[in-house]
Amino acid sequence: MKRITIDPVTRIEGHAKVTIQLDDNGRVAGTEFHVTQVRGFEKFTEGRPFYEMPGITARICGICPVSHLLASSKACDAIMAVRIPPTARKLRELVHAAQIVQSHALSFFYLSAPDLLLGMDCDPATRNIVGLIAAHPEMARDGIELRKFGLQIVEAVAGERVHGFGIVPGGISAPLQPQVRDHLLVDLPSAKAIARRTLDFFKRALDGYAEEIEFFGSAPMMSAGLVDRLGNLQLYDGMLRFRAADGTITADGIEGDDYATWIGETTLRDSYMKAPYFKPRGFPGGVYRVGPLARLNAIDQCGTPVADAELVEFRERFGAPAHSAFLYHCARLIEIVYALERIEVLLDDEQVLDKHVRAAAGVNAHEGIGMIEAPRGILIHHYNVDDDGAIVKANLIVATGHNNLAIGRAIQQVSERFVDGAKLTEGMINRVSAVVRAYDPCLSCSTHAAGEIAMRVTLVGADGEVLDDVSRF
Amino acid sequence: MPPKNVSIRIDGELISAREDQTILEAATASGKHIPTLCHLAGLTPVGACRVCIVEAQGTDRLLPACTTPVHEGMSVTTSSAKLARYRRMTVELLLVERNHVCSVCVSNGHCELQSLATELGVTNVRFAFNYPKLDVDVSHPRYVLDHNRCILCSRCVRVCAELEHAHVWEVRSRGIHSRIVSDLNAKWGEAQSCTNCGKCVQACPTGALAEKGRAVEEMTKSSEKITSLARWRGAEA
Repeated sequence: MKRITIDPVTRIEGHAKVTIQLDDNGRVAGTEFHVTQVRGFEKFTEGRPFYEMPGITARICGICPVSHLLASSKACDAIMAVRIPPTARKLRELVHAAQIVQSHALSFFYLSAPDLLLGMDCDPATRNIVGLIAAHPEMARDGIELRKFGLQIVEAVAGERVHGFGIVPGGISAPLQPQVRDHLLVDLPSAKAIARRTLDFFKRALDGYAEEIEFFGSAPMMSAGLVDRLGNLQLYDGMLRFRAADGTITADGIEGDDYATWIGETTLRDSYMKAPYFKPRGFPGGVYRVGPLARLNAIDQCGTPVADAELVEFRERFGAPAHSAFLYHCARLIEIVYALERIEVLLDDEQVLDKHVRAAAGVNAHEGIGMIEAPRGILIHHYNVDDDGAIVKANLIVATGHNNLAIGRAIQQVSERFVDGAKLTEGMINRVSAVVRAYDPCLSCSTHAAGEIAMRVTLVGADGEVLDDVSRF
Repeated sequence: MPPKNVSIRIDGELISAREDQTILEAATASGKHIPTLCHLAGLTPVGACRVCIVEAQGTDRLLPACTTPVHEGMSVTTSSAKLARYRRMTVELLLVERNHVCSVCVSNGHCELQSLATELGVTNVRFAFNYPKLDVDVSHPRYVLDHNRCILCSRCVRVCAELEHAHVWEVRSRGIHSRIVSDLNAKWGEAQSCTNCGKCVQACPTGALAEKGRAVEEMTKSSEKITSLARWRGAEA
């Protein structure tokens, strides 16, 4: 029996490694997904004043600090027991939609497009954003432009592009300036055009990925996402819905406050990432997915015209619910379209310019839960405070965590399909990495861990001898 | 009898100062800049932080400019490679002693310790961080005391005793165990002598004392109000 370790997994956010056990015939016997760092945010924030939590937890991640700012601020709003001004609510949704655009653009263009455009078996030395710029400069430029557009909105509302300070308990710290809004509206058509042509390109390209679609984590499982009362996609607000693999709704209308009734958490051997599961089905039967694909599976419709038309086409082509993790890429592009449509609606709404954007209050409740759809899925911040507002307990359930079990299963499936024999091939390692990448996991967030993600694969014999070791950064 | 004038040299320049002035006062009056941290004009200087150290002819010791009086014929150097090295080290040691994490601090961007570190070119810290586990006192209804961010400058102690005349604050224990305490080590919210005036918060150079509810980067202070209040009181007296 042999063991292959992919350590680190490249082009994802955070640090991970994959272990693949081979039997004596070189067939895959088992796989494990390890997240290798611990951050400790839940522990070291104990004793801090609750209103500092958005600023502190935003530092969990440099890709989507806005998600943590929002979930944390919502938890703080609950502790203050305030209803934030309607303008603040709209500005928060605006900044959130913008961050979905920039984060999805990062995942698609920077991290995954090198696999998709240059090929899974391409030389790893050029299979990166630099290789992409050389081979497909127009595509790379689109990716950079789209990210820039999203980040401009983040800067306009949150004050800075990364780790802004403008999203605060009670609302937003400063109103949106009319000239800033007008400037963003000028850039919007070009962002929409990029989203349009990228989605059209990828829909055509999907025909070439039949094998990946079939074998990239295609095991049917439950999907979870936030929806409103009409079943529309909701990213900032909404209630939790679980939809079973066969398309029936398993649980619906779950408010953030009630998450603990439905979501349990367990720890896994050899990984710092906890594994949430759907409580009524227990562990590990309660495996479910979150994130773009799961959201499109969970909702009835997006609620915006262009995204809805795309969703109908997507469902006709891949089924409802769609199960292949490879389709996360497609779902991400549809969500970019949706987010840009929402941005247009919100920017056209004169109320976003209102000056009243913040509610003030002290500690009015000892517990606060904030739940949003981060780019990678459902994000929950849950705080308990004492009478004076000091954090007594903090629990963060981060998007990638929900996908822990699903990623594990997808790795198993891809390994069984593509890994054969004792000698590792570059294309094999990359396919295992690519399925992890399809989920766009943010492991820095999910371990509450920092730095670049890279992948290393080690092949270990039944006697423990290291047969092969391949690293890629 | 009015104080006499004395002649001193600061960085070689001949300056006329009053004999009751400190080196810092004389230097400031003649437009010279000496970096300070614990000093706040209007409060009694205590020489707690040692950032304002200067070289004086005739002694090998470095003297704190805020507490050393001038005398006739004194010759002082306010900037040299040695002073720059010592001042930088002083700030580095302040940074390692407790938990100063600017990125998540309420005073980020408005912090005197942070601007001083920038001014002195503290681009990195060469000493091991101490990472003490310290409390945050959130018991006061309006203000918060975070010991993690306190540098023991004692501005709060002085402003409360000298201007508010409440003397809520004191420094407890010695050396690295020193802590700012209210009343007789009561929680701030239970300190009966506190008038909730907030002068200590305005005087505090870092995010150690802050208004409750201020998120990251939101705590701006106006220590110049403390100075003008002190001057006004002095003129009244």
